Amino acid sequence: MSKKLRVATTSLAGCFGCHMSFLDIDERLLTLLDLVEFDRSPINDIKHCGPCDIGIIEGGVCNAENVHVLREFRKNCKIIIAIGACAINGGLPAQRNHLDLASCLTEVYLTEPGLAHGHIPNDPELPLPLDKVHPLYEVVKIDYYIPGCPPSGDAIWKFLTDLIAGRTPELGHGLIKYD
Amino acid sequence: MSDTFQLDGAVVPFEPGQTVMQAALAAGHYIPHLCYHPEFKPHGSCKLCTVKVNGRTIASCTMPAEAGLNVESNIEELNALRRALVQMLFAEGNHFCPSCEKSGNCVLQALGYDLEVHATGFRHLYPDRPLDASHPDILLDFNRCVLCELCVRASSEVDGKNVFALAGRGITKHLIVNSESGLLKDTNIALTDKAMEVCPVGVILKKRVGFSQPIGERRYDQRPISAQALDDAPRLSGSGGSCPACEDAS
Repeated sequence: MSKKLRVATTSLAGCFGCHMSFLDIDERLLTLLDLVEFDRSPINDIKHCGPCDIGIIEGGVCNAENVHVLREFRKNCKIIIAIGACAINGGLPAQRNHLDLASCLTEVYLTEPGLAHGHIPNDPELPLPLDKVHPLYEVVKIDYYIPGCPPSGDAIWKFLTDLIAGRTPELGHGLIKYD
Repeated sequence: MSDTFQLDGAVVPFEPGQTVMQAALAAGHYIPHLCYHPEFKPHGSCKLCTVKVNGRTIASCTMPAEAGLNVESNIEELNALRRALVQMLFAEGNHFCPSCEKSGNCVLQALGYDLEVHATGFRHLYPDRPLDASHPDILLDFNRCVLCELCVRASSEVDGKNVFALAGRGITKHLIVNSESGLLKDTNIALTDKAMEVCPVGVILKKRVGFSQPIGERRYDQRPISAQALDDAPRLSGSGGSCPACEDAS
């Protein structure tokens, strides 16, 4: 059989729900492992992405680190798939987009009742937040999208098997979901 | 004996006075639509129902049926345009389906599903549109408004109240509430109003019943809108009372 496809996955401004849903393909993961091998992914804890065939990215772009990781993926992956609502339209984190970032931080860390002596986190190791949360396609070119919050394991399986087999991925009624 | 026209190669009979849309739905042929509602005068604004009639593009909800027309609807050229229209509506408002209690009963979402729209395709505007939660029983979430004017039409034509209107032009066009304060609590809207039933998206919501029908068991979870709309169509003529196209959230 031909060489295995190399796949990397990551979560940016996401909740890892899409990765959990990816694991919901259950024993089909073993079938998938006959076809692919994993590069950087929470599954193996590799820290940086090398040359890959497919990069699967969950979550939008909300801070400086997200931008670096996303660009590393785009540089290394032939195909990038944005998975889940946050990667596609910013999702829940993007619901701060019509608000001022400073007022969000002030309310969350300083003025919200019950946060005595709080302060806005300023550790140099923390990546700086962006003033808006961006869908992935605003930062790099995205080749495919799997909508859903999260997409079901069946939707992910259908999409990936279509793609790996060389078909145009289609979800169809019941698998295509935005919620 | 009625006259007929051609729709995607099929013969569609029609009665005098019917539009292309009405005749098509009555004959079991689905044409995608958003602002069209069987109980109201066609509005012709969303353009989802655009078809080609003898080679020219026109809204099928306002086009009178005529004998011998050659109508094309389910062709890739038009479906690609419909996809773009749905995408623009998603980009223009704040449509976060995972946190919307209308999800599964939403016409815009169902159209996206049916047209296999995977992503927005346009830059999101993320507009700032504050809610109106002033009314004790009704919430208005303007973030999701698609300007179809169904609530405007229902409130004026059926309820005789004129609670809603559209104001502004172009990208600043928006839904307003007809009261001196601009708040819904100062209108005479009632839960039993037709305007409460017709919103195709999640703008006009009854409070405290949002998830009484679980996600996954909702209208367009069961069947795609292309099938559901055909079920709805025949019931409208005649009955005049409750319309199956309207969600009953109670």
